Amino acid sequence: MPGVALAPGTVSPWAPVSLSATHTPDWTALRRDFPILDQEVNGHPLVYLDNAASSQKPRAVIETLCRYYERDNANVHRGLHELSNRATDAFEAARAKVATYLGAASPEEIIFTRGTTEGINLVAQAWGGKFVGVGDAILLTEMEHHSNLVPWQLLAAKTGAKLRFVPVLEDGTLDLASLDTLLTPEVKIFAFTHISNSLGTINPVAELCRRARAVGAVSLVDGAQSAGHVPVNVQELGCDFYAFSGHKMCAPTGSGALYGRAAVLETTPPWHGGGEMIVSVTYETSTFKPAPHRFEAGTPNVADAVGLGAAIDYLEAIGRANIAAHDEGLALLAARRLAELPGIRIFGPREHRGGLVGFAAEWAHPHDLTTYANEYGIALRGGHHCNQPLMRKLRVPGTNRASFYFYNYEGEVDRLLEVLTAAHRFFTR
Amino acid sequence: MNAELEELYQQVILDHSRRPRNVGEIPGVPKIHGDNPSCGDEIDLTVKFSPEGGVEDVKFTGQGCAISQASASLMTMKLKGKPRAEAEAMLQSFHDLVTIEVAEPPKMLGDLRLMAGVRKFPQRVKCAMLAWRAFEQALRDSGEGSVTTEEA
Repeated sequence: MPGVALAPGTVSPWAPVSLSATHTPDWTALRRDFPILDQEVNGHPLVYLDNAASSQKPRAVIETLCRYYERDNANVHRGLHELSNRATDAFEAARAKVATYLGAASPEEIIFTRGTTEGINLVAQAWGGKFVGVGDAILLTEMEHHSNLVPWQLLAAKTGAKLRFVPVLEDGTLDLASLDTLLTPEVKIFAFTHISNSLGTINPVAELCRRARAVGAVSLVDGAQSAGHVPVNVQELGCDFYAFSGHKMCAPTGSGALYGRAAVLETTPPWHGGGEMIVSVTYETSTFKPAPHRFEAGTPNVADAVGLGAAIDYLEAIGRANIAAHDEGLALLAARRLAELPGIRIFGPREHRGGLVGFAAEWAHPHDLTTYANEYGIALRGGHHCNQPLMRKLRVPGTNRASFYFYNYEGEVDRLLEVLTAAHRFFTR
Repeated sequence: MNAELEELYQQVILDHSRRPRNVGEIPGVPKIHGDNPSCGDEIDLTVKFSPEGGVEDVKFTGQGCAISQASASLMTMKLKGKPRAEAEAMLQSFHDLVTIEVAEPPKMLGDLRLMAGVRKFPQRVKCAMLAWRAFEQALRDSGEGSVTTEEA
């Protein structure tokens, strides 16, 4: 924003409302923290616009992994030697960072997982296996990623529970009016995404959780697209579970966590059995630790959890409110510019949206367009984005998706448009 | 302009993808469904074999990327009326064409040789092969079935 000269003593209308808004990050300098971005693909500078699938990693995270393996690596929680102590401390410190990052009441509410998919499967199988039965309903939405759909299909098939879906409206938002008929006392759990991975819709999570609570249902938020992109406070949102992946927020692949509200975790039985999660074992039976260790059987992914902690430090230094504003700005700019191209349909909300834009060109199939863009160094996504039922509803075989992160910049939107303009000429020649 | 893209999306290929030939369904013969689950490309192929086992007629319906649909269209044009042995040889030659460096593609492939550009794009080989996998299935059992060109 250009500087505005104000008379002495006048309060700026843009006075910062929170501490995080007081500094403007140096986005260009931040981009240099990502070694991978400095390369050419097919003879052109890499333009990485597939962040909703996986983000890149800053040097701080890569170096944390190296340091852990070069100095501290050992198994956790059982060794009595120095390295095991260090590894345990680093692992538990990462858990505390996740707890603070999500606004959880305590680190005991944080279970390390391989990512969002594993977190949701844990809830569906462990919690769902105990609390969902015949005659019950599981409420989802029509915009769920397969990872927040298939685990519930498996649970429904096993228990005889029924699946229900909140419809998606034309503008890409949820049909909230339908909740009056869908969210009944039969619903035991309402599981929905925070930000849609194909539409960019930001769902009113707090309201949805409140509605779920009102009928006695447990709520689960799929945070895959929100954890690294917008401020998240699970207590303010009022959710019972929140699952996310580390690899979409600058952390290593194979890292992630599930938040579970203490009172709900207490009643949830173990999921996987093995070492680490037990108190005592006989040949016939075992007793189990409290959460979170009850849900972490076997040697955990220590190094990547430590890497996740480093990613959280890195993101917190930038400020999630800053990241959210930056990403949304790029997505809205891209949506506006894409609309200038002939024969382009843009999906999702026009105004408030996550940092991604889904679109379909009537003159090129998503895979042909993705192949074309790749030849010019642009990493785009093309396909059904693990949203097959939603794509059928939108009457498209798939879409293209440009998804942004804080290291992307306006020049890359320009480049995308330049290449897509050439693609239009190419495919309609 | 990018030469590899030019070769992949030749005018003839774009033309077939926009106006595919032999679209439809032959009544009374088993329908073979083929799909690439990760792409969403789909085709339904019907093949009518002569009493001697040759390809009397072949039709398809489908949806998907330009490569998958153009390949299906070109395939149907080429296979119609071919004796069984020749159709089988064509299947093998086409697979070679899109997967390995062939100095001189066999003349019998005719227009199918335009698909050679796929070789430079390994991820698109399954698109080009989709219709051919369905045809292979038709040859194999002449029965109702389902094929995929992706590993499960």
